[in-house]
Amino acid sequence: MVSFYINGKQASVNAEPATPLLWAIREHLKLTGTKFGCGAGLCGACTVHVNGKAVKSCLTPLSSIAGKLVNTIEGLSEDSSHPLQKAWVAEQVVQCGYCQSGQIMKAAELLKQNPNPSRDQIVAHMNGNICRCGTYTRIIAAIQRAAREG
Amino acid sequence: MTRIENDASKITRREFLASTTGLTFAMAFAPAGMFLMSEAKAKAAGYEIGAWVRIEPDNTVTILTPGAEMGQGSMTGVPVALAEELDADWDKVVLEWAPADPKTYGYTRKRGERISQSMAIVGSRAVMMYYEDMREAGAQVRKVLLQAAAKKWNVAPAELRTEPNVVVHPASGRRLTYGQIATFAEVPAEMPAVSTAEYKDKSQFRLIGKPIPRRDIPEKVNGTAKYSIDVQLPGMVYASTVHGPVQLAEPESWNDDTVRKMKGVIDIVKLEHGVAVIADTFEHVLAARKVLAVSWAAGATAEGYDSEQALETAYPEIAVDQNANNTTVGEAGDVDAAFANATKVYKADFRSDYGYHAQMEPLNAVARFNAAGDQVEIWEGTQAPGRSRQRIAQALGFGLSQVIHHQHYMGGGFGRRSINDYTIEAALIARALKRPVKMIWTREEDLAYGMFRPQALQCLEAALDGDGKLSGWRHCVVGDGGNLLYGGIKLNKYYDVPNQFIEQRGTSHGIRLKHWRAVAHPFNLFAIEGLMDEMAEKEGMDPFEFRRQRVAMTPKAREVFDAVEKMSDWPTKRPAGRALGLSVSERSGSLGAGVVEISLDQQTGKIRVHKVWVAIDGGTIVQPEMARHNVESGIIYGLSSVLKERATMKDGKVRQSNFHDYEVLRMSEAPEEIHVEFLDRLTKPTGLGEIGNPFITAAVANAFHALTGKRLYHMPFTPQRVIQALKA
Ligand code: FES
Ligand code: FES
Repeated sequence: MVSFYINGKQASVNAEPATPLLWAIREHLKLTGTKFGCGAGLCGACTVHVNGKAVKSCLTPLSSIAGKLVNTIEGLSEDSSHPLQKAWVAEQVVQCGYCQSGQIMKAAELLKQNPNPSRDQIVAHMNGNICRCGTYTRIIAAIQRAAREG
Repeated sequence: MTRIENDASKITRREFLASTTGLTFAMAFAPAGMFLMSEAKAKAAGYEIGAWVRIEPDNTVTILTPGAEMGQGSMTGVPVALAEELDADWDKVVLEWAPADPKTYGYTRKRGERISQSMAIVGSRAVMMYYEDMREAGAQVRKVLLQAAAKKWNVAPAELRTEPNVVVHPASGRRLTYGQIATFAEVPAEMPAVSTAEYKDKSQFRLIGKPIPRRDIPEKVNGTAKYSIDVQLPGMVYASTVHGPVQLAEPESWNDDTVRKMKGVIDIVKLEHGVAVIADTFEHVLAARKVLAVSWAAGATAEGYDSEQALETAYPEIAVDQNANNTTVGEAGDVDAAFANATKVYKADFRSDYGYHAQMEPLNAVARFNAAGDQVEIWEGTQAPGRSRQRIAQALGFGLSQVIHHQHYMGGGFGRRSINDYTIEAALIARALKRPVKMIWTREEDLAYGMFRPQALQCLEAALDGDGKLSGWRHCVVGDGGNLLYGGIKLNKYYDVPNQFIEQRGTSHGIRLKHWRAVAHPFNLFAIEGLMDEMAEKEGMDPFEFRRQRVAMTPKAREVFDAVEKMSDWPTKRPAGRALGLSVSERSGSLGAGVVEISLDQQTGKIRVHKVWVAIDGGTIVQPEMARHNVESGIIYGLSSVLKERATMKDGKVRQSNFHDYEVLRMSEAPEEIHVEFLDRLTKPTGLGEIGNPFITAAVANAFHALTGKRLYHMPFTPQRVIQALKA
């Protein structure tokens, strides 16, 4: 049993300490917005925040997050009102959508650290997140828009 | 608003038909195509009838959408055509998935005498195949509403107009919303006929050609969009299948006792080509997968297969072997005479490796049987709901009615998801277990048990006549996979070569193969347009000019070439270290021409594509923003396979296992600029989902030649191959 906070609420998951956080979130807590893409830290589809830092939840053992604050796409805003979510709609970024929770969570970390990132800084920060549908140029435009419009 | 539900369509077809308020327009298939009818008639009919459009007193218009959604926007794009002719207020339109029932919801394909229905969203078909039917249905529903209002007001229907969701009588200023009409109107027993002359003129379009936000996007930015992998059922357990390292090997035995003793493991089920482990949680499944050791029966066809060796040595032998198994794909004129009389002959061979779909969502499905075991419910994301349902029924020995099918968003499809081998596995496991099961392949499984775009060798020869005109053409593609090798091999949609012979020479390796975005077009166009560029160079001509003067181009081709020449500002010199390359793109009725601007890191051998321009004739563009997005997506997908992606087999085993050794394009490698233009057309829409990638291979190779004077003949253009080419 490991206890932590998820999207502001306390949660306990009855699973072995080595269980990847990804599966605890998706299948134990049924928050399915966080996605499984590779299970090996290579694609970023499973990106969530732990104490404000973006991590790949498929490589994060449950034991390492005891008592910590975990935020998922479901907790980014109540009503899709986060500047990135609005920018994502405005730029019509999404294709299949499967990578996008991870993309948005990764981008949210960037804007927190750097409210006005350059194109190169965006690319460097986001490069670990694969989008197989190839929405990269639109992701960049949406992050720039969110930075502009706040 | 969109009511695309996670667990089954909340409103089943029967409920849809049984609704007591509002107007429901049912739809049926007849040999002449689909047609609309009244609800009463639909209920009385002895054959499968489904609802298609419903108008509620509150003025909402519900349209069933058959456009399977894997990211290309067809879920929104298909019903737009209906809403347009109906003159519906798009904000009042609710979309629901159409059930997996092609007899009712399929588009009509006529091939000679054969008429069939299909819901398969493959080959960029969604908007292209449904467009006409959708327009007609929308126009008919509008006519019914107009007639009902005319009767109520006692005026001639011709005096009436519509505004979005409103019928207006301009002479008297009276207005009735569609919802109000739905409270008193009846759907006539026979739907009124409409002629295409009654369709809206392009100038009247409110939706077609206008940017309409995709319906699926809001729920894809907050985690609520449901993919089949997200389905949760009470009492559900988890499964994953381990397949043989040599594809299609059959399992013999495994360490059953050891694995069964592991924590959470519920069962182990033998399948034809795999062993499935089932546990209470997915982490327990993953742990069990690691321990499971299966011994596989000898004798799988792929055993010992070495793909690189086949491509390097076996294929060239097949290409010249007169006894090789071959299929003539295209023939015209007298090709031998053209070569005999040629003043110049050009020859080149091109190679391409296996490609993996790498859809972002690893394949998965959820299955649940009823207590009696005579009905199964399936949750999956499929490009072909009708076929999927049929194949599941077949695998279980069921009738169609025993399979209830729930469609979901797909985390990518790219051709992989029109065959549902993974769903059948889920169904078989659920049956063996008598419990609801979520079956997920790991990424490693998804790759190793992939269905690949086949590797190919292409041997081309071209003859120029006394005037230097292209007069003869020979193209032989060698590989495994039949028509997966020769789609897009014919050049008659853009170049008219009087004498030609095009063939495929087959072999078989026992590797699973499948359509991959644009199927064989990407590698066939690599060869065709690669040789075209080489001829232009050797004839000392600009690539555009060579095509214009020496090749008989179709009028459509001329227009897209002219357009992209302008867009890319081709004649203007680029900065040092940059160069341009040109190629044609052809797929699913659409035609395009594209230019790329590249640079090269001579040290690392890495090619970087900075800018892309593409001009496309795609007929009427129903949704320009979505269409542009699809093309951009195709370009990135194509570029990824051009620069990076290769699957290889050694000792019969796929050597790559995840994104570290099967690399796909990342953000830092994406072009900084992509410019897409559609020619202004009134013709029927053609497919756009795959027009983005066929041109990119040759365009990059041709730009590489412009930059370095060297040619690339083997895709992908990995740094290693680039460095080799530079040394050549
Ligand atoms: S699923 Fe975690 S990085 Fe891919
Ligand atoms: S939108 Fe499909 S993988 Fe990114």
